[in-house]
Amino acid sequence: MKLSPGKWILPAYSALALLILMIPIGYTFVYSFNDSLKSNIVWRGFTFDKWLNVCNVQNGAVCEAFGNSIFIAVVATVVATTLGTMIAIAIVRYRFKFRSQLSLFLFLPMATPEVVLGAGLAAQFLSVGVPKDMLTIILAHTMFCISFVVVAVKARVAGLDPALEEAGRDLYGSALQVFLRITFPLLLPGIMAAALLSFALSFDDFIITNFNSGAVSTFPKYIWISAARGIPAEANVLASAVFILALVIVVTVQVTGAARAKRLAKMS
Amino acid sequence: MAFAAFSSTTAPAAANMARKKSPVALLLLLPGILYLILFFLTPLVSLLLTSFKAPTEFGDFGEFNYAFRWENYVEVITTYWPHIMRSFGYALTATFFALIISYPLAYFIGVKARRWPLLQSLALVLVIAPFFISFLLRTLAWKQIFSDESFLVSSLKALSLLAPDAYVTGTAFSVIFGLTYNFIPFMTLPLYTTLERLDVRYLEAGSDLYGSPFHVFRKVTIPLSMPGIVAGTLLTFIPAAGDYINASREFLGGTGTQMMGNVIEANFLVLQNFPAGAALSIILMSVILVMVSFYVKRSGTEELL
Repeated sequence: MKLSPGKWILPAYSALALLILMIPIGYTFVYSFNDSLKSNIVWRGFTFDKWLNVCNVQNGAVCEAFGNSIFIAVVATVVATTLGTMIAIAIVRYRFKFRSQLSLFLFLPMATPEVVLGAGLAAQFLSVGVPKDMLTIILAHTMFCISFVVVAVKARVAGLDPALEEAGRDLYGSALQVFLRITFPLLLPGIMAAALLSFALSFDDFIITNFNSGAVSTFPKYIWISAARGIPAEANVLASAVFILALVIVVTVQVTGAARAKRLAKMS
Repeated sequence: MAFAAFSSTTAPAAANMARKKSPVALLLLLPGILYLILFFLTPLVSLLLTSFKAPTEFGDFGEFNYAFRWENYVEVITTYWPHIMRSFGYALTATFFALIISYPLAYFIGVKARRWPLLQSLALVLVIAPFFISFLLRTLAWKQIFSDESFLVSSLKALSLLAPDAYVTGTAFSVIFGLTYNFIPFMTLPLYTTLERLDVRYLEAGSDLYGSPFHVFRKVTIPLSMPGIVAGTLLTFIPAAGDYINASREFLGGTGTQMMGNVIEANFLVLQNFPAGAALSIILMSVILVMVSFYVKRSGTEELL
């Protein structure tokens, strides 16, 4: 078989692009084993210490910031996913005035640069006299996550066959029963995807957080502040651990999703 | 994925679904909408009001009164004109490069890899993988790779491909590189979602009608993937124009590469000149809204919104 240039150029190009995309990830992971106090390009030998004593550096400041980020992301995700899912169901299922205006309104936070969102909230908290702390970060994160949740869940609601719910009602299910036994389980994969997205957005957000965090530190803020004098190698460890965990979750979701699709295909 | 947001078409079941009028809709909408009014809309109004504020009589640090001082705008435009130009210049360049890099990649994943679902999902996971690791650490990794003592830069100097006293970090090149890198997934994913739905029979029809591969690409593939191109460029351009991580001195930028985001941040968090920061934010937001609506109208994909 002869390989014409047209056949291999595109795959080779794509492989190269993906490889370049992976470089900083590989870098962060590899240098989490570097025997050096700071994350640094100079290789000083392999060590596992950073992984074993993640929280020891700087009186545990990295881990405290990391814990704050997780707490904020969990609360923001729960609130944003609840509010966003309710909106998504209403938009797809019900008829009401100003539907298209509402969609535009929901799109706007996604089309607004993060600095503007951050500065706006900062100006708002300043004029109302709310001190910036954990609460203001959570309020900010929930705000920018809602729109993303609406978009992710909307697609799932739209793909849901209303006949299934009708069947439930025909079998004398109450509105609540139909929702809990039929609608919610069918929407769950979409809701879970939205929640994961919202968690990731909140966890990694720096720009909006920086405007509204006051003295509270989050993981990205910790990195920002220590960037000037050198990031402790432990930050690489935490980031790599998150990366591996997220990868495992995504692969599991993909594999179980594929298995589920196969099962459904067999049934029909 | 939410990245499909800008390019989503209605799913089949929704098209013929009966919508009903019910008070339940209001109950479902109200909490979320109120939240966004309180923490998205009102802050924008606050920002607008702040941008016209004037210093207090005694000129205390960080103290301002409500006023209509439109000169704030004149002052920030004259002071920060280079930053404004740089923001849009860098963001446009990065968007252009991201498109050039992402289109073939998305085409490969969405069209060519269809026959190998495993390869397709692996490639997709690799595209979204950067989202799982801190944005700041990824950017910092590039800074260290580009630093003077790094393997890359010292080898380039040894090979005389780079002047001995040349440096990479702190230049416009490294900022644009960082912006391009960081926003490639935002470009690739919407392109992928439209290309994945591309019916290859159209392309076959094109070549049956004696269209050259280039002609078919220009007349068939590009127009069919327009929603993805619009969505991807917006998703890249908007955050890139407001970004201040890549361009900051501690990361890939230098003193001469500061963008609007950097000066907004400095005015809000360091100088406490809130009106100046607010005025710059309003300028950034308005320029983006004007560009976006013009662009969306021109490319004929109004239904995106």
